[in-house]
Amino acid sequence: MNEVYSINGPVIKVKNAKNFKIMEKVFVGKQKLLGEVISVDDNFTTVQVYESTTGLMRGEEVFNSGESISAVLGPGLLGNIFDGIQRPLHTIFEENGAYIKPGTNVDCLDMNKEWNIKFSIKANDHVEFGQIFAVTQETSLIEHRLLVPKNVSGEVINVKKDGLYKMNDVLAQVKDKFGVIHDLTMVQKWPIKEPRPIKDRKPLTIPLVSGQRVIDTLFPIAKGGSAAVPGGFGTGKTMMQHQFAKWCDADIIVYIGCGERGNEMTQTLDEFSELIDPKSNKPLIERTVLIANTSNMPVAAREASIYTGVTIAEYYRDMGYHVALMADSTSRWAEALREISGRLEEMPAEEGFPAYLPSRISQFYERAGYVDTLSEKSGSVSIVGAISPQGSDFSEPVTQNTKRFVRAFWALDKELAYARHYAAINWNLSYSEYINDLSKWYNKNVGTEFLEARQKFIAILAEENRLMEIVKLIGKDVLPDEQKLVLEISRVIRVGYLQQNAFHKDDTFVPLEKQLKMMKVILYLEKTAQSVLKEGKAFSLLLRTNMFEKVAKMKYDIPNDNLELFEEYYKLIDEAFSAIK
Amino acid sequence: MNLQYIGLKEINGPLIFLENVKGIGFEEMVEIRLEDGSVRHGRVVEIHGDLAAILVFEGTKDLSLTNTVIKFTGKPMEMGLSKNVLGRVFNGIGTPKDGLGPVYVDEYRDINGEPLNPVSRLYPKNYINTGISSIDGLTTLIRGQKLPIFSGSGMPHNDLAVQIVRQAKLTGGDAENFAIVFAAMGVTNDVANYFKRSFEEAGVLDNVAMFLNLSNDPIIERILTPRCALTTAEYLAYKHDMHILVVMTDMTAYAEALREFSSSKGEIPGRKGYPGYLYSDLASLLERAGIIKTAKGSVTQIPILTMPNDDITHPIPDLTGYITEGQIVLDRELHQQGLYPPIGVLPSLSRLMKDGIGAGYTRADHQPLMNQIFASYAKVMDARSLASVIGEDELSPSDKSYIEFGKHFEKHFISQGYINREIGETLDLGWKLLSIFPREELDRTDEKILDEFYNHELAVSTFELAKNVYIKELKEEI
Repeated sequence: MNEVYSINGPVIKVKNAKNFKIMEKVFVGKQKLLGEVISVDDNFTTVQVYESTTGLMRGEEVFNSGESISAVLGPGLLGNIFDGIQRPLHTIFEENGAYIKPGTNVDCLDMNKEWNIKFSIKANDHVEFGQIFAVTQETSLIEHRLLVPKNVSGEVINVKKDGLYKMNDVLAQVKDKFGVIHDLTMVQKWPIKEPRPIKDRKPLTIPLVSGQRVIDTLFPIAKGGSAAVPGGFGTGKTMMQHQFAKWCDADIIVYIGCGERGNEMTQTLDEFSELIDPKSNKPLIERTVLIANTSNMPVAAREASIYTGVTIAEYYRDMGYHVALMADSTSRWAEALREISGRLEEMPAEEGFPAYLPSRISQFYERAGYVDTLSEKSGSVSIVGAISPQGSDFSEPVTQNTKRFVRAFWALDKELAYARHYAAINWNLSYSEYINDLSKWYNKNVGTEFLEARQKFIAILAEENRLMEIVKLIGKDVLPDEQKLVLEISRVIRVGYLQQNAFHKDDTFVPLEKQLKMMKVILYLEKTAQSVLKEGKAFSLLLRTNMFEKVAKMKYDIPNDNLELFEEYYKLIDEAFSAIK
Repeated sequence: MNLQYIGLKEINGPLIFLENVKGIGFEEMVEIRLEDGSVRHGRVVEIHGDLAAILVFEGTKDLSLTNTVIKFTGKPMEMGLSKNVLGRVFNGIGTPKDGLGPVYVDEYRDINGEPLNPVSRLYPKNYINTGISSIDGLTTLIRGQKLPIFSGSGMPHNDLAVQIVRQAKLTGGDAENFAIVFAAMGVTNDVANYFKRSFEEAGVLDNVAMFLNLSNDPIIERILTPRCALTTAEYLAYKHDMHILVVMTDMTAYAEALREFSSSKGEIPGRKGYPGYLYSDLASLLERAGIIKTAKGSVTQIPILTMPNDDITHPIPDLTGYITEGQIVLDRELHQQGLYPPIGVLPSLSRLMKDGIGAGYTRADHQPLMNQIFASYAKVMDARSLASVIGEDELSPSDKSYIEFGKHFEKHFISQGYINREIGETLDLGWKLLSIFPREELDRTDEKILDEFYNHELAVSTFELAKNVYIKELKEEI
């Protein structure tokens, strides 16, 4: 019998045990607490426990399971909310009340629900791992495509008829080349730390459009790409993730609240259930999987939550969907690694984080990608990871290491947040390496002017940044009129374009077409103002026309469904400026 | 089965080590009996084979390897609770110290609590009226929220906490079911007395449960003090449907106790020597605020922490800020100018307020007012930093008018003293101050709202601006 020998927080050791595998799932003690083997040596097997170890005694038994910690994949994932080790929180609430008690053991998915299955294989067909063998309507938005599980390939020897089945019903049987017969059901398991295989990776050429101007225009992310959102507390990180999750044009959203606030998670939950998906007019929750491991839930499960989420994302990708995964926040996950590493008495590297932090971060972000799946479809997983840098200092290890593995970086800025400029993405510190890969798509689908206008915006903002250095020293008044105009136009860009109001019905999501039209009006305003200045008219007269204010407010004044109104702005600008004497 | 052991293997700081122990649970409570009959309490913090490490709350003074008898109680630390805890004073580990004898017990609860299922929470929406303009108006406190006060030594955080407690009012029919749990960790006798006296003067003492771990009490007890307080709060809120405001001071002292405990255990330190699990540990306390679906009550927390060296990036305020739903930051500069309460408006934030204000809660114009004040006050700061370089005289009329606004805003809105302001008064005052500007300058606000609330003449007469040339110049420029 394998007995608990030592206990230190979530880390326990078993002495003289030979039959444990690395990363094997184990059950610890009378309460059957869930744990995972993390190291094995001559004397000791070390297990991290995903639940509170209070009251655990030396000498209690540790049970093998023979398998790794796995995600349970099948219909019923969408619309559900799980903890870090994929226990459904609604079910736990119904069975156990308001608190999560240690040793709570419930099915990850509702095993008694019946699903209407339509088969796409017949007897004597040859099937392979990853192939779609049946479909069922999981929610009104998403068709769940059942995939042949790993290690199963061969000839179909029998198939059930289309109709209602429960999760564990055998739907079909497959005989492999060794003559072994495998049952196909709706459920399969996949080890959460192992990426699901694909056929081929494809270049990233399509943007993940979110309707957030600063992202779509200045720092876009590609479908299958990865982005990091670092920002100190109070900079609107969570708000940005929510906005992105609500509006980005992915088929499926996986939202991981990793070490998050409980009240905020409840808000996410409420919001997603109430929100209507703009494309389908169905509740957003029907295409969302939520994973909530709040900061007071066990730390080892927090570490697992990221992997659970990305495994579920890959599973839907393999059905041919575009999945966007948000992780808020990866710093909490890194801290969970540090905490467990500390308990294992490993030699710490930078700031107490374990030396393997960069490799863990890269393993996570590398699971993003635009791929050809084994089911002969194409799908993608895009990852947006929030980072909560200690003391808002971007030089700390998690931010720095993440920067090496993501290609879009949206730096949130405290100063902007203090001035309630949201989304508080600092345009001087942020970048996106995807822009060149995406240029073809923008030119074709939005118009060639889009990237030109974007470039001009960037130039104006850079010029403003340079001028502000001078203004800080000597004040604005001494600048020549041309430079005052640069400052005024960049103010219009900042207030009227980059700033976006998540609570305004039109401004919360802005289609690319409107973004382009807005940019064109702002640039027209600049061009016209420049030519008026050249005629020798004073800048203060231009200001007095109030056109700058008017343009800055067009985001509110022009509804998304009436873009013709933009034409009037050109007229208004012409009239106002030509009236100057 | 209660096992007893005689003698120890090692004593190290607050930890004692025992050999050849069997059948004990992790985090189990132990009683340590000394030769002279006195009893101390401890908790199992690590088990390694038949060696157990026990943390002694009252300290290890006078302990030797031979003079102790150790009894394992077989259960984690529990606290006896009933509604009678209100009006009582306890020490840091929940034993009554007011001389009124033990509390009648209705139920025992594990002080560590259990994590709340996020699904069982209700999203907090009802606001608590504190009667303080900069809080009600700009960082509204919501029932079920955890909103810390970030302060520094020498600043009036205690006065602010007392003022909040005294003035805090629930709206609607719940006003009577309101009680306070107060946890003092490592504060001086004076401060504890000040709180006690203030509660008395406010006539709320019968509705307060106080947990006092003073600065000369054993440090290790401090680790348990907030847990006892929060267990009490949860019991009252979720069993008796009461609305509980928990005031905890000082979280910095708590974190330092945790650091001391960690280092005596020989753990690998993280930032500034604090243990790597500081975040998880603070979260296990602060996340115990909230409202649940199965009860009517609520737990609201106001933890107070003094930022070492006024540094908001220090690990304690930094990690706290990541857990709490906003923060109220006290500003030393305002304090030095004699303004009270010296709340630094810009870095302060309440994350839950956006859903708890506006029509139906406070007033429909609350959100736009708040946005405009933040935007305008941020510009005040820019103008001031510019003025510090080139001198106030060289500023443009626009910048000068912002400096003028800043002065009045701080004097009238922020510095309200110890008076109680209704929410309507606060909002009206805000509009009056914004009306100092020419109307065009208020670019964050809808025209419709300005039509209703903008009144430049009133501002001019209230703040005696008739002679102020900058405002005039700016108006002319526009």
